[in-house]
Amino acid sequence: MNSTFQQVQAIASDIFGVPAGTITADSSPETIENWDSMQHLNLVLAIEERFGVQLAPEDIEQMNTIGAAAALVERRLHSSAR
Amino acid sequence: MAAGHDVINLREEIDRLIAEGVAEKARSRMTELWRREPGSATASFIASRIDQIRDQLALVKFKLAILRSFTVEPIVLLLRTEAFVYGIDLEVHVGEFNTYVQDIIDANSFLYRFAPTAVVLAVRVEEAAPDLASGFADLAPDAARQAAERVVRTFEQSVSVFRQHSQAALIVHSLAPPSDPSLGVLDGQSEVGQSGLIRKINAELRRVAESFRGVYILDYESLVARHGSQRWHDERKWLMARLPISADHLLPMAREWMRFLVPLTGRTAKAMVVDLDNTLWGGVIGEDGATGIKIGPEYPGAAYQALHRALLDLSCRGVLLAICSKNNLDDAMEALEKHPGMLLRPKHFAALRINWTDKAQNLREIAQELNIGVESLAFLDDNPFEREQVRSVLPEVIVIDLPKNPLEYAAAVRDCPVFERLTLSAEDQQRTAMYAEQRQRTHVEQTFQSKEDFFRFLEQEAELEAVSDLTLARVAQLTQKTNQFNLTTRRYTEQQIAEMAKRPDWHIFSIRVKDRFGDHGLVGVAIAHDLGEQCEVDTFLLSCRVIGRTVETALLAHIARSAAERGCKRLVGRFLPTRKNAPARDFYEQHGFQRQEGNGTGSLWALDLNNSPLRSPEWIKLKVHDGGKN
Repeated sequence: MNSTFQQVQAIASDIFGVPAGTITADSSPETIENWDSMQHLNLVLAIEERFGVQLAPEDIEQMNTIGAAAALVERRLHSSAR
Repeated sequence: MAAGHDVINLREEIDRLIAEGVAEKARSRMTELWRREPGSATASFIASRIDQIRDQLALVKFKLAILRSFTVEPIVLLLRTEAFVYGIDLEVHVGEFNTYVQDIIDANSFLYRFAPTAVVLAVRVEEAAPDLASGFADLAPDAARQAAERVVRTFEQSVSVFRQHSQAALIVHSLAPPSDPSLGVLDGQSEVGQSGLIRKINAELRRVAESFRGVYILDYESLVARHGSQRWHDERKWLMARLPISADHLLPMAREWMRFLVPLTGRTAKAMVVDLDNTLWGGVIGEDGATGIKIGPEYPGAAYQALHRALLDLSCRGVLLAICSKNNLDDAMEALEKHPGMLLRPKHFAALRINWTDKAQNLREIAQELNIGVESLAFLDDNPFEREQVRSVLPEVIVIDLPKNPLEYAAAVRDCPVFERLTLSAEDQQRTAMYAEQRQRTHVEQTFQSKEDFFRFLEQEAELEAVSDLTLARVAQLTQKTNQFNLTTRRYTEQQIAEMAKRPDWHIFSIRVKDRFGDHGLVGVAIAHDLGEQCEVDTFLLSCRVIGRTVETALLAHIARSAAERGCKRLVGRFLPTRKNAPARDFYEQHGFQRQEGNGTGSLWALDLNNSPLRSPEWIKLKVHDGGKN
């Protein structure tokens, strides 16, 4: 099974149209050209669909790197498992 | 997540196929990827790949404008991929938030310059009638009623102006009543409560839509209810991004739009071919026998009966049913004819292929027998192996992925947009019976000495008339659906036909045919356009079920005669070849026209009306109703 980070990386690769290999935990709107507000929304929606979680408005604001996004998903998955 | 590696490999394969220039194969793998993993990420992936290979694929181009009061962009992303799967290359223009009224009123707005084929008006109660949404509790009953009337009036005026500027189809979202009305249970006690008024608006929207051509209501209230209002909506996304629909329901929204777009593009299925064992009934007839198979009002047979009912519903919409099954004919027929639990009987099927031949071959034969293209067939089979075989041999066939659980069969069929119809003619509803009559005719034809003998025996009666309000829908439908005997294959919407009919230099005829075996209904259309002393045949088409019975000669003779009566000296017509219309190729030549010019894209033919030998065949009894100008 892929790690959460790898899955988020794959989603980001689809959404931003860049190879998964070039996406790191530090990748952000500054390093990824296509990461605008509309693609940010698509990233959020794709993550919610794929992991079956709902992200809070605060989460979505803080989700400014791929690493941060993966960490948020982990947190949501744990809190819903309890 | 078990599929994780598979779908990653599939993406790599797609990119490799694109790099190698094998676009069709890449397309079928993209469809496969979408089937396995539909969603925003996959849609982004596919959208960027479509951009790379668009020019190498035979896709139907379609322009859609969306006027809206909320964020639709993520839904549009999914919609474009759904459309791609159905062979449609969708170009979408999305209007600004809540500017729909001014976009519609302003003749120079981007909406009209974009020249869409269809427009979706996606507006919520909250924006269309804010008083009826959050502010309802403060509202006096009279003010509430007036607010509702205002919504309807604005809508009616908007549609009316829209029709002056555009002939595009208009798809309007109805309004969804609130899941938590301001007055609580009290709201349910009054016709003019919050929910009551919103439902009243919806009823009025339907009335207005019905009074215009090509205006359709998308029943948003039912759509939301089907999925559950609380699950459908996502208040957080609304506040953050003006997106009121939750991530899980963006795809159902896109698919609901598809149910309108598929029939508008004509990418519909004309026939549904079904398997028998474990599809139309539970079990295997050859092993379990008629007493062992499961079909009836009780579970588990009830699941299959629900599928029968769904198929009967399709049949009422004019979709032909056919059987393709690997079985001994006698075993299968016994169950079909005699099993008490069956709702579908042999008379419901227009073609049967019950044998041990491979299914792709049988599907080809069924298409031939029904006189339709293979791309007009949908295929329903519980066996993934058969589905895969058909997909690989006949990629044009619409293969429906039947879920594993028979309880979900009926829904899988009902959800399929290729069976949607936006109008229904009397012909649609009787189609299966017509095909049964056709089988008899073919049988009789084989026993006659000469063609003429057969034509006389048929006792054909044809009624010719100018297009009218009553026939408009069917005439437009025929221009959209007829592929084989169609000389120019020009597609027209109802609105375009209506516009043409108003002009004095255009003449639109339809022909109805019946014979001793039954009524074929309205089966032919001819459109003539006067250009001074010359009359040009813009459109000439005939449904394939009457081709070759000289009805075409009667129709052409009528155009020639009426053109001569209007003082035209020459009748000209074009043959524009397509992949399908070879049956019409020699039509003008056979009727004494002289070839004027020809090149790769078609040929032009002319007939001198002063000494034309063209006459309607004596064996057809012809009635002409001249609707005034023609």
